[in-house]
Amino acid sequence: MPTKPAGTLYRGREGMWSWVGHRITGVVIFFFLLVHVLDTSLVRVSPEAYTAVIGAYKNPLMALGETGLVAAIVFHAFNGLRIIAVDFWKKGAKYQRQMLWVVLGLWVVTMVAFAIRHLSLALGGH
Amino acid sequence: MSATEIQSPRSGQIAGKPESGKIDPKYRRNGSSRGNFEMLAWLFMRLSGVVLVVLIFGHLIVNLLVGEGIHAIDFGFVAGKWADPFWQFWDLAMLWLAMLHGTNGVRTIINDYAEKDSTRFWLKMVLYAASAVIIILGTLVIFTFNPCPVVDGVQLPGGFCPA
Repeated sequence: MPTKPAGTLYRGREGMWSWVGHRITGVVIFFFLLVHVLDTSLVRVSPEAYTAVIGAYKNPLMALGETGLVAAIVFHAFNGLRIIAVDFWKKGAKYQRQMLWVVLGLWVVTMVAFAIRHLSLALGGH
Repeated sequence: MSATEIQSPRSGQIAGKPESGKIDPKYRRNGSSRGNFEMLAWLFMRLSGVVLVVLIFGHLIVNLLVGEGIHAIDFGFVAGKWADPFWQFWDLAMLWLAMLHGTNGVRTIINDYAEKDSTRFWLKMVLYAASAVIIILGTLVIFTFNPCPVVDGVQLPGGFCPA
């Protein structure tokens, strides 16, 4: 097993893991986007085709999937703003670690609020 | 200068002035072949990213969190939104910016992980083809959307047709 290089400031630390998270969430969002444009395009086929396929988004399992997707989007959004701050703000690189904790804090708060609202709507019936 | 002599990148081209401070053209990263493409791509990711945060958060709030949320989404919901040019433009901007942002992101990932030249080339060709199809399809759907579709003179059920 390769030994861990001593004294690294980046590898295995907050900077690297936020980069890994940004990549993974980015790819997930991109593939969903391809599917989402295709399903929305069914409005051009027929009203019933669209309403039938969009109905697939309304079952309880999909509600959890949507919550996971929104979690990926919100992390990518907040961490993206952090990356912009690292690049353009004079002290951005110095405070990149603190900013990651701010990102994660805001992400938790946003996701708790979203999950309560979306899951109660999606699972609560109507 | 002999061919084996290693020249400092900043030694410049001017004979007799080895420390002119100017970067030798062959070491410049904004060479003529690629232009400023990578820098512009980097800038685009940041600018489109900020706009996308607003567009996508707005999209999620209006479609999932307001009123009865996801249960309200059907053909009529889309027809209602696209009756307003504001939402047509919103969705068009979101489609183009998100697709270009995502395509450039995946391009970066392909460049990072696909080591063989031909693999990298073909993965990117597949990516660009898929992105072009989705962008063109989505744009056509937004602009040719018909709330009252008629096939062979018969109105399709579920449409929003003038009485």
